Amino acid sequence: MDKRTYELIFIVDPEAADDEVMRLSEGVQKIITGQGGSIVKTEMMGKRQLAYEINHKKDGTYVLLEVEGSGGEIAEVERRMRVNDQILRYMTVRVDEARRRAQKLKDRRARKAAKQPASGKAKQAAADLDTDTEESAG
Amino acid sequence: MSTNYEERDLGFEREYDRTMPRGHRRMQRRKICRFCIEKVDLIDWKDVKLLQSYIPERGKILPRRISGVCAAHQRMLAEAIKRARNIALLPYAAD
Repeated sequence: MDKRTYELIFIVDPEAADDEVMRLSEGVQKIITGQGGSIVKTEMMGKRQLAYEINHKKDGTYVLLEVEGSGGEIAEVERRMRVNDQILRYMTVRVDEARRRAQKLKDRRARKAAKQPASGKAKQAAADLDTDTEESAG
Repeated sequence: MSTNYEERDLGFEREYDRTMPRGHRRMQRRKICRFCIEKVDLIDWKDVKLLQSYIPERGKILPRRISGVCAAHQRMLAEAIKRARNIALLPYAAD
């Protein structure tokens, strides 16, 4: 099975203490590693205002994880989050495909730039030369 | 009319090409996709500051006829905005 990369973000109840948030985050990570996935990155985005109320709460603590795995562990984590009252909302986004596409675009651009730098550079050099002569004349 | 994208409300810079031949009914304006200029290949849904500049007060996604974003980047932008909305980083509707 090829590896997939996911971004997993969830919002914790703002009343939950910092260590509680930490515990939740560690719990999620444990589930993922237990299922054979791996954690690439963890980011505590801190408490911020929600754009709209969720469960009558105006703000929430955001936690972002980047996970690598087959997808099975995501299903398990989502199942657990759904029943957890402290987690206001969660979202998983698969990012590997989009990143690969972006890399492809980038490579294509690099190839294009490598193919015809001569004409651009030559023009630039000529323009530089022009300004130089003008300056020396003035 | 609820949707009124007036130019002065949106801080989008435009270049007006006033050298167009007369006889054109409207002034031709050249809009440029800033994502193409900055060579953006991926629009991150976590970049709230960037996305915010593409949602006017009402909270709707700014149409590309106003912002001048190219089709490919508008698709990415719309996707990113919708994701940000889902996780309450951006509003579905303001007011």
